[in-house]
Parts: sequence; C-alpha cells; structure tokens
Amino acid sequence: MIVLLAVSLICYIIFRSSGDPAISMAGQYATFQEIEEVRRVFGLDKPFYIQYVRFITNALKGNFGNSFVNKVPALPLILERLPATVELAMSAIVIAFVLGVGLGVLVSLKPYALRNRFIMAGSLVNISMPTFLTGILLIMVFGVYLKILPPFGRGETVTIGFWRTGFLTLSGVTHLILPAFTLGMYQLAVLLRLTRAGMREVLTEDYIKTAWSKGLSPLKVIFKHALRNALIPVVTMTGLQFGELIAFSFVTELIFQWPGSGNLLLTSIYEQDQPVIVTYIMLAALVILSINILVDILYAILNPKIRYD
Amino acid sequence: MIERFFKSKIIHDYFHDPSAIIGSLLIVVSVLSAVFAPMIAPQNPYDLEELSLEHFLTPPVWMEGGSAQFPLGTDDQGRCVLSTIIYGFRTSLIVGFGVVIIAGIFGVFMGLFAGYYGGILDSVSMRLADIFFSFSTTLIAILMLGLFKQRGVLIVIVAICIADWVKYARTMRGSVLGVKEEAYITAAKATGASDLRIILKHLFPNAIPPIFVILAVDLAVAIMLEATLSFLGVGVPLTEPSLGMMIAIGKNYMYAGMWWLVLFPAAALFLLVIGINLFADWLREELNPKIER
Repeated sequence: MIVLLAVSLICYIIFRSSGDPAISMAGQYATFQEIEEVRRVFGLDKPFYIQYVRFITNALKGNFGNSFVNKVPALPLILERLPATVELAMSAIVIAFVLGVGLGVLVSLKPYALRNRFIMAGSLVNISMPTFLTGILLIMVFGVYLKILPPFGRGETVTIGFWRTGFLTLSGVTHLILPAFTLGMYQLAVLLRLTRAGMREVLTEDYIKTAWSKGLSPLKVIFKHALRNALIPVVTMTGLQFGELIAFSFVTELIFQWPGSGNLLLTSIYEQDQPVIVTYIMLAALVILSINILVDILYAILNPKIRYD
Repeated sequence: MIERFFKSKIIHDYFHDPSAIIGSLLIVVSVLSAVFAPMIAPQNPYDLEELSLEHFLTPPVWMEGGSAQFPLGTDDQGRCVLSTIIYGFRTSLIVGFGVVIIAGIFGVFMGLFAGYYGGILDSVSMRLADIFFSFSTTLIAILMLGLFKQRGVLIVIVAICIADWVKYARTMRGSVLGVKEEAYITAAKATGASDLRIILKHLFPNAIPPIFVILAVDLAVAIMLEATLSFLGVGVPLTEPSLGMMIAIGKNYMYAGMWWLVLFPAAALFLLVIGINLFADWLREELNPKIER
C-alpha cells in the first residue's frame, strides 16, 4: 500500500514538473486567457497537496484522467489493449519456464557432456542478445527469408465477453509463436542457468546420496528430491523478473506490431501523453506487487520450512 | 606470499581458459576502437560535411554496387556503417562504464553501511532495494525516460542507475554480513579502531570480491539496456551514434532486403556483449570456491 502511494507520488511529481498540463490540455495555439481558464476549470491553480489528494481519490475510483491525445479516459484505453499483452506474456512465461527448467535439469546431470556444453554455449549466446535483436533476427529468418511465420500483427481474434483472444484461431496462434519466443527467450537463459546452478549444488547434498542409496528411481530422485529444492530460487526469479517481462513486452510489441498495451504506452511516450503513462505505471506497480505476494505464497508451498507469521 | 600465489593461480587459469581469452580480446578490441575512433573510422558519421546523400544505401564492398570507400555499406543518410558502428561503441561503452561506476560506488557503499550498522538504515535501504529490484532496471529506465522530455547520454546513464545500484547494494550487504563475524573484525574492534577505519580498512577489502562478478555482468546488461532504450527511441538523441538506433533505422529497410543495416550493428553489439559475458563467466567460476574446476 505504502509502495503504491510512493509510486503515485513520484509519478505525480515528475508528471507535474515535466511541463504545465494546462498548456498541453488547452492545445498548442491557445491564448493566455484560454490556458488560465483550463487551469481554473481543472483545479490546477490549487496548492500542490490538494491536487495530489484529488489525484489519489480519483485514482481509487479508477479515474486516472483523460488522455491528452485521444480525449478519452486513460484506464479503459489501456484495459482494452490488455488481453493481447497478457496472452503474449503468459505464453512467454510458459515457454521460458518449461524449456528453461527442463534444459537446466538435463544439463546439470552431465555438465561436461558435449551436448550439454552446446546447450550452455547456446544459453550464453542467448543471454548476450538483447530482446529486440532476438526479435529482429527471428523476423528476418522466419518472416522475411523463409516466409513460414507471419512477422507482425495478431491475426484473427475471437471475442469472448470483454476478452479478445487469439488462442482460438489458427492464424492467431501462428501470429503468437514468434513474439512469444522472442519475449520468452531472455528469461529462458536466465532460468536455465539458475536451474543448473541450483541442481549442481543440490545434487552434492547428503540427502540426495541417501535417496540414491535407497534405490529410488532416477526420476524420483531428480524430480522429487533435487528439483524441488533447486526450484525455489527459480520460482523467485520468475516472479521477480515480472517487471523485466513487462518492460521487454514493450520491445516485443513494438517489433511485432502487436496490438497490446505496451505498444500503446510507447505511442503515448512519443506523443507525450502523460495521463496514459502515469496510469500505466500505476497499473504495472499494482501487478508487480500482487505477483510478489503470490511468489511469497508459492515459496511456502515449495518449502514447508518457510512460514510467515 | 599468499597473495602472490593467489595471483599466479588466477593468471595460470586465465591462460588455460580459451573463452576467457576470447572474451577479454573482444573487450580490448572494442575499447581500443572506441577510444581511437577518429583515427580508425573511415569517416566521421556525425560530421555533416563528410556526408553526402548520393552515397545512400550503398551495399557492402563485396556486393554489386558496393564501394571500397564504405566497407560495410551505408545507411539512408549516406553514413558509413562501419564508422557509425565504431562511434556507436563509444556511446555503448560510455553508458556501460558510467552506469557501472556510478551505480557501483553508490550501491557498494549503501550495502557496506547497511550491512555493518544494521538497524533502521538496513531495513529501509533493503526494503527500497526490494522494490526497485522487483520493478526491474529496464522497466524503471523506460518509464523514467518516457516521463522526461530531455534526451541525452547522461540522462540515459542516470535513468539506468536509479534502479541499478540495488544489485551492488544487495550483494555487498550479503558479503558484509558474512565478513562482519570474522575474528579479525572483532580483533580490530578490540584494539579500539574507529568504525570508519574498520569499514574501510578491514571490511571493504574482504567483502569486495563478489562485487567483481556483478560488475562484469552489469557492464554487459547496461550496454544491452542502452541499445534497447535507443532502439525504442527513448535513449540517446538522433544526433548521437548508437548501435540500438542503427538497428531501429535498419529495421525499416529489412523487408526491402537491405540486411547490412541490421546485421552489422547487431553483430557488433552481440560480440561486445558476449565478450564481456565470457569474461564474467570465467570470473564467476574463478572466484567461487564452491565449484572445483
């Protein structure tokens, strides 16, 4: 709660110090009188703290002000674009987690086998490649030269209630493949390395030797005894990297012209549409904080030794 | 004597690890070309007198229509791609080292004091660190630059540093907490040494090694982040050379088959970053006593 308040205050200060909103709202060619009129009508002539309190009370009601450019409320504008972003991010997380942890376990079992050295070299290449580069190279190979996957857009979508989904049509799914891999790729290497490091440490522990000597099947030792303990930092990292995921979703959405909220934010940045940016920041803060709480809960499930009072 | 033995072991390991050698070579080449850019580059890509639009979109020298004057071709402004890459290294490395130095110093001292004194300073600074960490450096940098209206290399460095110091502070604090309990710190306290003396003379040198790995990794991260920010159009202004921006411009010509505008700067960025990462990897294994090689 305190964090959200602090974030809102910082946003608000930057928002106010980066130019007079009255001038932005009244338009470029407004006269001095018109600007003063706007200032009076929107209460911008009141002292700072009164304006801030009003900003907060409005925000709690879900009213973050109107977009300067589109003249419609900022929140619905973002929410309308949100399903596309959520679908992209979820697919990316699943790809990163499944491939990252799977390959990590595989590599940790025989760290010096040739195949695993190749995987590790691949992960180093991956980690040294910024997301935008991964995306562009994927487009170049699959979209421009091989022409087997569509390089931009979201394809056909089906609307269920308020949610427009691309999962249910063939074109929607093929459009999702490249961006989801692009976004998942960064996390994939990080998770792979983390799983490998964790597994390598855990596999030397005494209780793993005990498990082997009990004659348990390799699958049981690896997945039930070792992975469960190695997974704790991996889950934490997946949760903690959520902010990073949001940030890289901007990049991915820009490259693939994905009609999501990240693309909207970038457009707002170019057009200096402050209310939309501030709304987005508040929304992102809310999401990240909820994810952190979720990770704490997952923690306790994975490791019964951890208890929160 | 012990120190000399340690040093010689590091040197010995270094020369027996090809990836460490390749990594450091890549770093040295990029740094040298950035420092001596005006002497190496065929053209100063930001001197308008040297540019002429009649050379725009020339392909690399070995392709039809290429010219020896522009070994890697030119962009839509008639700028030599090779020269722009070399000047782009400058921006990358200035931002990279700027971030590492500023965020590093601030973070290390925050971690040092938080770890040593504990109490309110510790809980407040680490709570702050948690928040910054979960928001991630990239997200904060993009949003900060989005709200700011000015553009420039210094602003990019500051925007990255806002959240980046956290990595150093957390690592340093963890390291300090371990070193703090050692007998020689207790001994130093018993001799009546001042807090500042203990921190600077005893705690700092013994707690610093883990920071070197973070430093190396962070340099790579900062360079990639600068490229990402410039690619998004919120990084350095158009008047500064940047690998990220070159790729953003080249992307528009990619569908028309002008691959050199994307591929060359991409390769340059990639080689620089992977060089640093190779070196960082070696450093990590070298400084980690848990992994026996």
